[in-house]
Amino acid sequence: MTGLPAVEAKNVTKTFGAGPDAVVALDNVSVTIRQNEFFTLLGPSGCGKTTLLRLIAGFELPTGGSILLEGQEVAHLPPYKRMVNTVFQSYALFPHLTVAENIGFGLKMLGRRRAERDAQIESMLKLVKMEAMRNRKVHQLSGGQQQRVALARALAPHPKVLLLDEPLSALDLKLRKEMQIELKRLQHETGITFIFVTHDQEEALTMSDRIAVMSGGKILQIGTANEIYEHPVERFVADFIGETNFIEAEVMQRIGNRGQIRLPSGIDMAHELDPAAAVGGKVTLAIRPERIDLVKPGADCQLAGKVENIVYFGTDTHFHIDLDTGGEVTVRVQNRRGFQEVLKQGDAVGLRIAPEAMQVLKD
Amino acid sequence: MASATKGVDLRTQFGFHTIAVVCLVVLYFPILILVVFSINANDLVAVFSGVSTKWYEKAFFNEEFHNAAKNTLIIAVSATIGSTIFATLAALATTRVAPWRGQNSVYMVINLPLMVPEIITAVATLSFFALLGRTLGLNFGIGNIILAHLVFCIPFAYMPIRARLETMDLTLEGAAADLYATPFKTFWHVTMPLLMPGISSGAALAFIVSFDDFTITQLIAGPGQTTLPLYIWNMIRRPMTPEINAISTILLGISILFILISFWIAQRRKAG
Amino acid sequence: MASTDVAAPAPAPATPGPASTLSAAQAAQQRMEDKAQVRRWILTAPALITVGIFGILPLIIIIIYSFLKAAPYGGVVWSPSVEAYVSFLFQQDIFTDELVFSPDFLQIYLRSFVFAVGTTAICLLLGFPTAYFMATRPPKQRNWWVLLITIPFWSNLLVRTLAIMFIIRDEGLLNNLLIGLGVIQQPITMLYTDFAIVLGLFYSFLPFMVLPLYASLEKLDFRLVEAGYDLYASRPKVLFRIVIPLSRPGIIAGCLLVFIPALGAYVTPLILGGGRHLMIGDLIAQQFGSGRNWPLGAAQALILMSAVLVALFFYVRASTGKVKHG
Repeated sequence: MTGLPAVEAKNVTKTFGAGPDAVVALDNVSVTIRQNEFFTLLGPSGCGKTTLLRLIAGFELPTGGSILLEGQEVAHLPPYKRMVNTVFQSYALFPHLTVAENIGFGLKMLGRRRAERDAQIESMLKLVKMEAMRNRKVHQLSGGQQQRVALARALAPHPKVLLLDEPLSALDLKLRKEMQIELKRLQHETGITFIFVTHDQEEALTMSDRIAVMSGGKILQIGTANEIYEHPVERFVADFIGETNFIEAEVMQRIGNRGQIRLPSGIDMAHELDPAAAVGGKVTLAIRPERIDLVKPGADCQLAGKVENIVYFGTDTHFHIDLDTGGEVTVRVQNRRGFQEVLKQGDAVGLRIAPEAMQVLKD
Repeated sequence: MASATKGVDLRTQFGFHTIAVVCLVVLYFPILILVVFSINANDLVAVFSGVSTKWYEKAFFNEEFHNAAKNTLIIAVSATIGSTIFATLAALATTRVAPWRGQNSVYMVINLPLMVPEIITAVATLSFFALLGRTLGLNFGIGNIILAHLVFCIPFAYMPIRARLETMDLTLEGAAADLYATPFKTFWHVTMPLLMPGISSGAALAFIVSFDDFTITQLIAGPGQTTLPLYIWNMIRRPMTPEINAISTILLGISILFILISFWIAQRRKAG
Repeated sequence: MASTDVAAPAPAPATPGPASTLSAAQAAQQRMEDKAQVRRWILTAPALITVGIFGILPLIIIIIYSFLKAAPYGGVVWSPSVEAYVSFLFQQDIFTDELVFSPDFLQIYLRSFVFAVGTTAICLLLGFPTAYFMATRPPKQRNWWVLLITIPFWSNLLVRTLAIMFIIRDEGLLNNLLIGLGVIQQPITMLYTDFAIVLGLFYSFLPFMVLPLYASLEKLDFRLVEAGYDLYASRPKVLFRIVIPLSRPGIIAGCLLVFIPALGAYVTPLILGGGRHLMIGDLIAQQFGSGRNWPLGAAQALILMSAVLVALFFYVRASTGKVKHG
């Protein structure tokens, strides 16, 4: 294992069509993916994540920029010359071949000998627990089974990088959860770099070492699940991942990157600020619902309001609070001691938020 | 009104069942009669007096019949092989690809033979080969007939191949490339095997239309180039014996065999 | 081969401006597109060349022939003339050398047209109920019906026509049966009449009507039929107001598939017409055979082709014109 990154995209741009109808699928995107990483491209449909994947695989050529695999420029290489394999969203299993033949296809194309191929096919079958199905035809398999065969087929040639294009989207919930654990285990066991594309943020959070959040052809933020969740840099990221409350605050003072902001309730707080934030201007704060404590009104708190609605979710309860100063906030309280009817609709309540729980967003 | 239709199959219409059965009977009755009289012991074509296979024997020992059968097979097999290969290549270039300049014209040219009445094609081909013979001295013998058959066999082979290609999953070829298959290997290991039912179907159809062709063949065939349909036509103009029934039945049998093969291929494709 | 088309992106990149603004990647893309285009032409070449030389070129030749003079023993003399077209309508009076209008050929064309229309009508009248019946069977039964109709569709036309001849001949099955039953004393002459030809045409082309109709009716959404019944429509009303309009494409296709071959029929009048009831098909063939007037035959063929083109024109109009009921 060299110290080079597994995949590197440098200022990659991809435009489809030309003239006024041109579609910019990727706009100056740069990302470095490390070896042995489980890296996820996360974003809504049309954000460019699949396009980036296809550029890495070789199914498209970038309009600008370069793509490197372990330091080698590959943008001009066709897919069959790149040591990269893909698990397709539709699986794309060969209907005229058996499960074993499907799995061995890549090795056959690479010219490996029969004995070597058979050994590898066996070990792959064991890896995805499909030994009994080795002579079945594709149409005799269930969706989940097909998915595992697609996985085994892509892993068999032991590529440097495995690309997965929303592979779990066709599976039902229970199967999805199982496969998520499976994939994580496989990545760990094989040590292959996984690049995973999904629009499901929960999936991204649970499986990834690092996530790149994308929207409109750009990468908005790259970080670990924790970083992305706790410290989103942009409104879109905060909104896309989990639930967020957005509060506007005014900049009262600023020295370097620390300053004083005034919340709508009039209370001032010391907080880190971007040097570009102007005094007198507004900033947006992102606050996660579970980081807010509900306290008696008048007690030490940063905001105040009335309970507008209470929604019971089993594991926790959501309180929709109408702020006295206008606007709405959602607070999530875990039902650690079961659901307790302490608050009712219409009750006045105070909201306590620690400064670390407030994330200042770039505008 | 609702009560009147309760319990009745809403899809049927009065009398349609009867008409359908009548049509079927009408279509098969003459053929059946033809076949039945081929095992007639009698010399007369219309009076049945006992079962005998002597007309088939007569046919089998007939030198002219052998010749005609040989010619028909040479022509049909050549035309089938040629048209299937050409049609496959053309289908690969015109199906599931981004529209390219000239694609529509190619499609129209290939299907042209289907839109021109056979008699017109026949006299045109006759004129063409006559001209070729006179001005350039070119005469390909039985090759003339093969070339003429190629022209109308190509569209018949093209249709099923194109249909099959259109329903093929496009991503399969991408998956093959992803798994290190060069374009040629992709074609050989993925595209061709999946295309096979369409190619077989196309080949069967091409064989049938070449084998059965009468109009075009009659007008351009020279002496010694008799095919089975022409042979039957010659028999009509002589005093007729049930031998003509026997040979007609043989011809029919071969056509039906290939139709069944083509049908079976199509059914298998739907299942698998 | 085909997979290169998969690797290259679908839309063709237009040149956005001067060559200097094309990135290296775009240039590579353009080269791949060009290579793919060349490949496509190479793939279609064998089929195109074959049909071009042995299919289209002959048609051009007879167009030219129709404007040449006839050679005495068949073939053409290469000097331009419109006598072929003139002799289609006019004969030279042997005494006065004047051109006199001669309706013989026109009659044959008209007769063929009437036969073709009649055949199409009968095929439609009987074929539509048959196709509808087939389309409303359960799937397994349906397959059997399709197979049973497909067999005559692809069977040898000559043999099938022969079979009809055997039945309607004076010494044929039908007459023998009728005489045997005592219904008639003398055989009814059916062969070599207009009736024989129309019967033969109908018999030949019935499957050509049923299959396209069936293909169209099979795709019919029968819930629309049920909706019609639900709204108090009677059976005939549902048939005429819902089913027939919705199956219009199939009806048009079937009519075309019967009309055009029927108009240009050769085998049927040859075997069942006995040389006395000529249709266009044998008329044309005759000019290239015993008639020894190739330019005339060519002209007649072109006139037939024009009629076919007119029919095709109406077909294209009818199928791209009105949008079907939503």
